[in-house]
Amino acid sequence: MSLAFLGVADHPLLQAGATARHDAKPAVSSRGAAESGPSAGSETLAAGSVRFEGVGKVYTSSAGRVEALQEISIDIAAGSVFGIIGRSGAGKSSLLRTINRLEQPTVGRVLVDGEDIAAYGESALVALRRRVGMIFQHFNLLSAKTVFGNVALPLLVAGVGTAEIEARVGEVLKLVGLEGKERTYPSRLSGGQKQRVGIARALVSRPDILLCDEATSALDPETTLSILSLLKDINRRLGLTIVLITHEMSVIREICDEVLVLEAGGIAETGPVWQVFGNPRHEATKALLAPLTRGLPEEIASRMTSSPASDTALALIDFTYTGEGGREPDLARLVALLGSQLRIVQSQLDRIDGHLSGRLIVSAPAAGDLPSRLSGQDLAHGARIIGYVPANA
Amino acid sequence: MSPQMLDRLWQAFLDTLTMVGVSAIIALVVGVPLAVFLVLSSPGGLINAPRTNRVLGAVINGFRAAPFIVLLVALLPFTRLVTGTTIGVWAAIVPLSISATPFLARIAEVSLREVEHGLIEAAQAIGCRRWHIIRHVLLPEALPGLVGGFTITVVSMIGASAMAGAVGAGGLGDMAIRYGYQRFDTTVMVAVLVVLIATVCLVQFIGDSAVRRLRAR
Repeated sequence: MSLAFLGVADHPLLQAGATARHDAKPAVSSRGAAESGPSAGSETLAAGSVRFEGVGKVYTSSAGRVEALQEISIDIAAGSVFGIIGRSGAGKSSLLRTINRLEQPTVGRVLVDGEDIAAYGESALVALRRRVGMIFQHFNLLSAKTVFGNVALPLLVAGVGTAEIEARVGEVLKLVGLEGKERTYPSRLSGGQKQRVGIARALVSRPDILLCDEATSALDPETTLSILSLLKDINRRLGLTIVLITHEMSVIREICDEVLVLEAGGIAETGPVWQVFGNPRHEATKALLAPLTRGLPEEIASRMTSSPASDTALALIDFTYTGEGGREPDLARLVALLGSQLRIVQSQLDRIDGHLSGRLIVSAPAAGDLPSRLSGQDLAHGARIIGYVPANA
Repeated sequence: MSPQMLDRLWQAFLDTLTMVGVSAIIALVVGVPLAVFLVLSSPGGLINAPRTNRVLGAVINGFRAAPFIVLLVALLPFTRLVTGTTIGVWAAIVPLSISATPFLARIAEVSLREVEHGLIEAAQAIGCRRWHIIRHVLLPEALPGLVGGFTITVVSMIGASAMAGAVGAGGLGDMAIRYGYQRFDTTVMVAVLVVLIATVCLVQFIGDSAVRRLRAR
């Protein structure tokens, strides 16, 4: 335990200069060599990487066998913000809990920094859990302890001295914006403040990985945003890996670099957020994205016909952008393509990590050669006529 | 009431205090760890000992089922073994604590089970070992319930101690039976009852205010 704890103390978390650590994009894992932590073994993995190899989990109960997870193989790069999304019961929670071994996979391996954690004995497991912080949907703060007591507990049980505990608790409470609340009991805090205490408690051991179990699901939208920006800030400044599970697509879009969509315990889709969002392939992803997509306004949809009602009818054209790059909603060129009677009917464009994705619906005169002009366009990744409306629309 | 009787009343009060006090401490020291073990060794808990759990549960139920007056007599050989005598205050303490321990263990078990599983999970996630979880999570979080349960135990022990007269241990209950019930001395009986009621009220008041203070956090 002492060896691993030395490693934790060596970790550059919260020290000056840590700011520079995040400039490299998560996919780059060569930073591991430079960090030379005790865990940087033969593999060139930075502190805070996670690898799932064919992970499966079966629960057996009187009601029968439930396959909670099956065939999960994926890499989470050190320093990245990795989101796991899925409907309730998709296995998100089980998967997240295999990282700090609150759950044991039935088959497959989980490697943290290249080490199979299933092989750990109790001491190594405790050391692992000090390198992997966790925050919870319902905060799980001890009601009998003050904010200070809650945040100090991980250090107290690790045998850290009183003076250092005081210094480090003060440090993290400042980081999460809770200075002056040391003597308060959790019951007197708001939901957002409670989650900040949870974050402080998770960070005080200076972990390499932070697991977030629906960390914002019990919070109102405004507080959710403030907690997400805090997490993002922590990721940037401390360079720690964040693995979060959520059922809200907006959370993923807000802070994640990569996303894994789980469906019935298996991988539905995975990749950079812009890619998965810009061009969702799996039904589960589309269903999860549905709340974020707006349909056509009702008064237009109700008058839409499948063929032009008259010569003056307008076509509704749906341009889609997948985020692949190179294509922008260039209005001048759209006018050049479709004529000066072009109108924007609805737009839902989103820029994630510099990748533009979404759709743009315009109306334009339904001239005879419109379909052929559209098939030759290179303004968007897709263009199709979704219907026609009378000209006086 | 004669001064002599007042003196007896005072002696009876002290006897009750000794019997209940010592037995309560024994019940606390043995019962709470028993309850912790019962909770931790229950299915899905932190200790994997299903058989010990079942055996222990059965033993506790057995002692809980036996009426105190029967226990008092049935345990006489054991009492002699422990205290060297079968009469007096110390002879009553043995059955009294043996009857109170399983009672408190069951009540404490209920409070300990109420501690949210999420808190234990969170403690595991920050690197707490089993002992840390007991020390920092289970006991402090269940403390209001444990104090409340201990209060109930003490009050019911005051009641049970009335039967200690059967082994000549004296005490308030014994005095009420002998003077009030058997000799029709209503004055003494009422006086003893008043002292008993006052004692029980005081114990309950102390327990309740402790619980209230703990819950206010």
